[in-house]
Amino acid sequence: MSGATTGRLTQAGRPAVITTRDPRWVQCTLIAITLLFLLVFLVLPIAVVWYEALKGGAAPFVDAITERDARHAILLTVLVAAISVPLNALFGLMAAWAITKFRFPGKQLLITLIDLPFSVSPVIAGMIFVLLFGAQGFLGSWLRDHDIQIIFALPGIVLATMFVTLPFVARELIPLMQAQGRDEEEAAVLLGARGWQVFRAVTLPNIRWGLIYGLILCNARAMGEFGAVSVVSGHIRGETNTMPLHVEVLYGEYRFQAAFAVSALLLMMAVATLVGKSIVEWRAGREQAASLEGSHG
Amino acid sequence: MSIEIHQVTKTFGSFVALDGVSLHIPHGELTALLGPSGSGKTTLLRIIAGLESPDRGTILFDGTDATDRHVRDRGVGFVFQHYALFRHMTVFRNVAFGLNVRPRKTRPSRSEIEDRVMKLLRLVQLDSFAHRYPSQLSGGQRQRVALARALAVEPQVLLLDEPFGALDAKVRTELRRWLRRLHEEIHVTSVFVTHDQEEALEVADRVVVMSHGRIEQVGTPEDVYHHPANPFVFQFLGNVNVLPAHFNGGRPVLVDSDPAAGDTPPSGGSRGRVFVRPHMMDITTAPRGSVHFRARVIQVNAAGSAAKVELVRAGGEPVHVELTHERYRALRVKRGDEVFVIPRDLRVFLDDNGATADRTDLNAE
Repeated sequence: MSGATTGRLTQAGRPAVITTRDPRWVQCTLIAITLLFLLVFLVLPIAVVWYEALKGGAAPFVDAITERDARHAILLTVLVAAISVPLNALFGLMAAWAITKFRFPGKQLLITLIDLPFSVSPVIAGMIFVLLFGAQGFLGSWLRDHDIQIIFALPGIVLATMFVTLPFVARELIPLMQAQGRDEEEAAVLLGARGWQVFRAVTLPNIRWGLIYGLILCNARAMGEFGAVSVVSGHIRGETNTMPLHVEVLYGEYRFQAAFAVSALLLMMAVATLVGKSIVEWRAGREQAASLEGSHG
Repeated sequence: MSIEIHQVTKTFGSFVALDGVSLHIPHGELTALLGPSGSGKTTLLRIIAGLESPDRGTILFDGTDATDRHVRDRGVGFVFQHYALFRHMTVFRNVAFGLNVRPRKTRPSRSEIEDRVMKLLRLVQLDSFAHRYPSQLSGGQRQRVALARALAVEPQVLLLDEPFGALDAKVRTELRRWLRRLHEEIHVTSVFVTHDQEEALEVADRVVVMSHGRIEQVGTPEDVYHHPANPFVFQFLGNVNVLPAHFNGGRPVLVDSDPAAGDTPPSGGSRGRVFVRPHMMDITTAPRGSVHFRARVIQVNAAGSAAKVELVRAGGEPVHVELTHERYRALRVKRGDEVFVIPRDLRVFLDDNGATADRTDLNAE
């Protein structure tokens, strides 16, 4: 096969050194298609959102994001993220610790289960909670008797958000902790450290970039989640509408500029998250490069 | 502290890592667990440390049962093959770790910790590297930090898992001599795992040869090298020529697999193998005495501490001989020469019952 390649290249009058490189036209075509794709599916929509949001000038834009319902939606979104992200971080840490540090049967099943929210449609996730905690649900009458409101209220939204964002931290940490092995933790225990000391002094510093990265992704998804939250929230304006739901309500009422204004804000939150992610990736990469360089020295 | 291992068995799934191992490790000695990979030596070390628990059997420290004692309370220092230094801590903080995590009641004061850490860093000759990070050190330096860190908690036992395995040859030689000297100085009961027979023979007071989860032989380096208990130990400790033989009235006769040589094994006598180390053989150009066999030189390599001559016997088996350079210069053998090989010291292991005999007499051809 390599003989044929060389033959063709020799016919074309090219030196043999570039046999491993694709022809120029392939490179150009691939780059062009990628750029075009990104332009149509990413840059254009973002530009449209901003154009529509600011079409009527700055004042309507500011009004749209400062009116009572919008303010409430923003607060609710931040609150839901503030509750669900730390809880998922805690779960992710515990799951990753259990999976990478202990030997037990059913480990592979657990890893698969953690991934389930990625494959289940968010609407179904929402339905699960309605069926569990709703008025006609499995635990509905008990909850009503004890005057606990979960569906169409903050707890339901937090639950749905947590379900959807469950895998992010664990997924980020498991491969990282697997790669790092147990040697350092074992060394710490042999030196007399207790569980908490091992975690704080050895494990946490080693996984901090992976943890932050997972938190950022988890946060982005928590703020942007629509499907699952839509099912459990009940769309009560000014009460259980998060930002994505608020956008939908506005759009449904033909208040396009307001809808785009809130969208633009949500978009900015996502971009800020992305910037944060890039910084973490860059710093983690630099640290890794430094330690690799050291180990080869 | 002395360690007593009694009938320890450990399996991982269907793999038997340790099969009823019993061993006594005397106080203050440096013991090597030597064996090929999969022989169970690392598992045994980790069981002594408490990092694994045995399926059956007991571990006694100074006569008291420590089988179920927690890793933290065993008072063992452990050095990992890949150092396992805390990568985000400086060398100083790595060594101080074991002291800093102690509960306040038993924790030494700050200045005491600093004194002790710096003293240890001087011991491992790294006092000027206290504020570096592990990634800024070479492999040998990292392993010395790991050793200092293990010694900081004043362990009763020092366990080292392939401590020099990840280092290059030159550093490895230096470091193992240094470890030997260090042990002479501090005399803590030490056990180290290695697959390198040279390392075990050079460093240890006692060598425990293991294979397939069992102990093959325990003894001083001289013991196991000069009086190997069985063919496995003989072959594992250094190079050896193995020649098939049969026994004719108690005297071994080399079997030639070449029928043209006219050698047919007798129906009566028992079969076995003759073991000879390459440096225990001489080469002559003329037959001398009755103890010799004929061979043809196929390769000569005179680089190194001995001249290595590769020959092939009439029967077809390769034979390796190591000559001193004086002897080699006097002989001037070269490729293609027909010569006679004279074994000076050989060992015979019978095939059927594993019985052994030291022999210096041999009938050949």
